[in-house]
This record gives sequence, structure tokens and C-alpha cells, in this order.
Amino acid sequence: MKPNHWSKIIIVLFLAIFPLIVPSDYYRHIFILALMWVVIGSSWNLLAGYTGQVSFGHAAFFGVGAYTAGLCVTKLHISAWWGMLLAGPVSMVVAFFIGCICFRLRGPYFNLATLAIAEILRLTAIVWRDLTEGMQGILIMRTFRNKTYYYYFALILAAACIYAIYRVIRSKWGYYFVAIREDQDAAESMGISSFRYKTFSLLISSFFTGLAGAFYMNYMGFIDPEVVFSLYFISIMAILVAIIGGAGTIWGPAVGAFIMVLLQETFRSSFFGLFPKWVSQAHVLVFGLLVIFVIRYMTNGIVGDWVKIQRLWSKNKEQPLASTGS
Amino acid sequence: MDVFIQTLVSGILIGGIYALVGLGMTLIMGVMRIINLAHGQLMMVAMYITFVLYEYLNIDPYFSLLVSMPALFLLGVLIQKYLLNPLLRIESIIPQNQILMTVGVAMVLTEVMRFIFHSDYKSVKTPYSSAVLYISSIAFNFPMLIAFGIAMILTAGLFFFLLKTDTGKSVRATAQNKDAALLLGVNAEWITQLTYGLGAALAAAAGTLLLPIYYLYPDVGGPFTLKAFIITVLGGLGSTVGAIMGGLVLGVAESLGATYISMALKDAVGMVIFVLVLVFMPGGLKTLTKV
Repeated sequence: MKPNHWSKIIIVLFLAIFPLIVPSDYYRHIFILALMWVVIGSSWNLLAGYTGQVSFGHAAFFGVGAYTAGLCVTKLHISAWWGMLLAGPVSMVVAFFIGCICFRLRGPYFNLATLAIAEILRLTAIVWRDLTEGMQGILIMRTFRNKTYYYYFALILAAACIYAIYRVIRSKWGYYFVAIREDQDAAESMGISSFRYKTFSLLISSFFTGLAGAFYMNYMGFIDPEVVFSLYFISIMAILVAIIGGAGTIWGPAVGAFIMVLLQETFRSSFFGLFPKWVSQAHVLVFGLLVIFVIRYMTNGIVGDWVKIQRLWSKNKEQPLASTGS
Repeated sequence: MDVFIQTLVSGILIGGIYALVGLGMTLIMGVMRIINLAHGQLMMVAMYITFVLYEYLNIDPYFSLLVSMPALFLLGVLIQKYLLNPLLRIESIIPQNQILMTVGVAMVLTEVMRFIFHSDYKSVKTPYSSAVLYISSIAFNFPMLIAFGIAMILTAGLFFFLLKTDTGKSVRATAQNKDAALLLGVNAEWITQLTYGLGAALAAAAGTLLLPIYYLYPDVGGPFTLKAFIITVLGGLGSTVGAIMGGLVLGVAESLGATYISMALKDAVGMVIFVLVLVFMPGGLKTLTKV
């Protein structure tokens, strides 16, 4: 695994000096979004990839985080950056109640319950005008004009998130999580309280997703319920990011986030203007095709199926098939 | 009082169509144990087929049932055969692979339609679209009545198929115990394809019936997918009788919610019912009837 380590260090170094060597605000913007998705994808992955609870409603936490930051400005009249402190705990409180409802359910029931609760929050945010301004959304002044600050902020957030999840996975909790994923009843019979550890997993996951939401508010300066509680562009996107990179691996969602955001941006800009305009309408279509392709042929994602991909490239069939995980 | 009865009537009428959507979903759920998150999108495709037939060939929406249903049946069979069934043989970390696949299918269907027809709102305006039948002071929307009637006929047909024919019995056997059905010589692979096809065809019927009273745009599928799974859970996963009751309950609840709470919260009513049912009555309405 030595060369692998080196490539990781190079990537981290590259990310650290990226805004200094690339002066274009546009590319910084794309990388900031990608880093934000690293956070969301990784936290979804902790809950789904490691604990086996596939949530279709991570937009709930993202939206709550974003609105926490937004409401700091409109209701408390303090800086939206205080939202970065508050969003995590607030999302955790919301997540706790969601967990109390959803963790009574398993499998498809759980998926649907999370989806439904995210939708309820979206509709609430639309209707409760006194608090959230409804569909008008919340508009705030951005603190910095220079994107470099936001970039480093996102980078620190992503690094902290991945490191925290890495530590959790390597701790006793991580093994409990995986045990619950593999067989909940067996885990219960070994004395692991599945409700308690699923809740812990959800709390950590929602904490970081909420932070990402608050960051989004600070960075974009504008939110409305359809954006931050979106089923397709937040909840499903979080799933895609993790699945394409590789669910149940530490680096998978990070890889997936960059692939998804770059791909999305490539298509949205019609291959940076090289292709005719209609190509830009196809970016969601490409998403869908990618989902179908990845689930059909690369179920464990790029990181999870890396060995398989390497074998395809080298055509060397004699390489032993190592177990997945990085 | 009149307002209340009127609300109830329109709730029941739309509930009949919802029941049709829910029936397809619950069939698929019963046999394959997956939630078909592309259900509303299949319905949307059928609506576009109906729209094209009406716009360019001037075929009445109710006659185009004969085209849209077989077309969607075929589409469903193909999706099941080439996209969903192969996943059963793949080992993966995420257990809900097939559900995610249906999400992918849903996105592709929506975007392909957006590509062809753009995002404009479309509607089919038949001469009878706004015809209304009055019984004392209660108004019955004429196309709604027809839709309700056809929905009931299709439901009866489905029950006849499931209860009286050999293939229908194989479908029920596969839903009860797939392995045992396999041992008894049921071609389970074909049954899953047939079921998904049937589910898609029922969704197609609902879409076609709804078109004269509704409007059409590529994203119309999403809300109906949500409604379909609310109905399915409300009725009890895999229960056909439950799905019919679930459809009617949802229709009435939405219509009551729209009248007495607020139009904007109409969709939230369904969601709240959904969560309450999941928490307090996870078996759904079917636990009340023992069917």
C-alpha cells in the first residue's frame, strides 16, 4: 500500500495549494462545491455504508443546517458564521427525533420514512412563512468576496469530517456499526443495542451534514426550501456521491464527490462551451445513466471495486482478488 | 354541510385513480420486495403517450388506454429483465440496490421526456373536460366519474386475474414464498417481469385517465411516486385490498386537507399520515381487515 499512501499525500498537497496555483474563481467555486459534497457524501456513508441504514432524506439535515445559519441573520441578527456553531447541534436534535421515529423501522420502510420526513420538512419550510420566508428564501450578504477563504474553510471542514469518520470507524463504535449493518439481529444478540448505535451513527452523520448546510448558506448567500430540502439534488445526490465513489469505504465518497461535481459542471456548461447548448440540458440524464451503470456494473463504487477496475486495465487475470476496503 | 359532502365526493373520485397507482406499486412490492421509486415516472411516460396520440392523431384519451397500457407493460418487462433482475445476483454493501436502480430509471425517464417535450406544461382539452353532473347540489366532474369507473373495472379485472387464472395464482404464490414457488415449477423470473409489467400498465392506466383533468410536465412523476408509496404503506405493503383502501383514504384526506387546512399543505397531509401509519400501525390498513 506504500505507493497508494504517496498518491494520497500528493492529492492532499494539491488540494492545499489549489487556490494559489489556479487563479480562476470559477474553478475554485467548483472545488468548493466538491469539498462540500465530500462532507455530505461522507456523512451519508457513515450512516448507510457503515451502519447499513440507507437514508433517502439527508436533505433534512442539510436544510436544517442551512436554515439555522440563515435564521441567525434574519431572526437573531447575528452573523451567519454563528450558524456554523449552531447548525451541528441543531441538526443533531432534529436527527434525534427523526431517529426515534425511523429506527423503529427496517429496510425499505426506513428508506421511505426518511424520505417522507425530509419532504415534510421541505413543505413546512415552504408554508411556515413567518419563520422561513417561504419560497422567497433567505438572502444574506456574503462576508468575503475572495473565494479562497471559503475554499480553505471547505477544505478544513472536509478534512475534519473525513478524519472524524475515520476515527469513529477505527474505534469500537465502528465495529458495532458494521456489525449492525451485517446482521442487526445477530448484533442485538451479542449485546449491542442497535437503536443506541444507529442513533449515534445518525447523530454524527447529521452533525456534519448540518455543518455542510450552514456552510452552503454562508457561501452561496441564498437559500430557499426547494434548493436545500431538494429530494433529487440533495438526498439522492448524497447517495450517488457515496455509491459512485464506493459505499463503506473512507475515501469513496470523497472520490465520488469530485467525480459527480466535475461531471455535473462539465455537462451544465456543455463541455465548457465546446459542445452545442442542448448538451447542458442533458446533465441530469447523464446522472441517471451513471446511476444505472454504476449499480449494474460497479456495485461497490470506484474505490470499492478498484481492484476489479485495475484488473480490467491491466488485463492481468492472475492478480489475486484482494478484499475490498482501503 | 354541502362543502363537506362535495369535498368527500371529489376525494373519493380522485382516490379511485390513486388506488390504481397504488395497486401497481403494491403488486411490485409484494412480489419483488422492492419499492418502485420510478412508479410515478412510468405514469408520466404513459401520459405523454396519451398526449401525443391526442395531439397528432386525435385519438380520444380513453381509447389510447389500449396503446398506453401495452406500451408501458412492455417497458416494465424490459426494465425488470435487463435492469432489476440482474442485480439479484450481485453482492453489494448497500442492501437497497434495486430501489436505487429504480431511482436511476426514474431520472432517465424524466430527463428523456424533458429532452423530447421540454418542460412546458401540456394538457389535453377534450370537449367533456369540464362537463359536470349535478346531483342535488353536489357536483360530479364528468371525466373524473369516467376515470373512477374505468379504474374500478380495471381493479376488478386485476382481482379476477389474481384469483382465478393460473398465472395470477403463480404471481400470488411467488409473492408468498419465492423459493417454494420455484420448487413447484413457477418460472419466478418471468413472474417478476410480468408483475413489473402489470404494475407499469396499471400506472399507465391511471396516467391516461388522469390526463383530461390534469396537466402534464416532465416532473409530474415525482409527486405521484410519493403518493404511490404513501398508499402502499397506508394499505400495508403487498396488500391489494389495502392499496384500494389506501388510495381512497389518501384521496379523501388530501381533499379534506385542501378544503379545511390549506391548499399548500395538501401534499403534507399525505406525508404526515404516512409517518403516523409507519409508527403506530406498521402493518397498514390490511391489519384491520385480515385479508
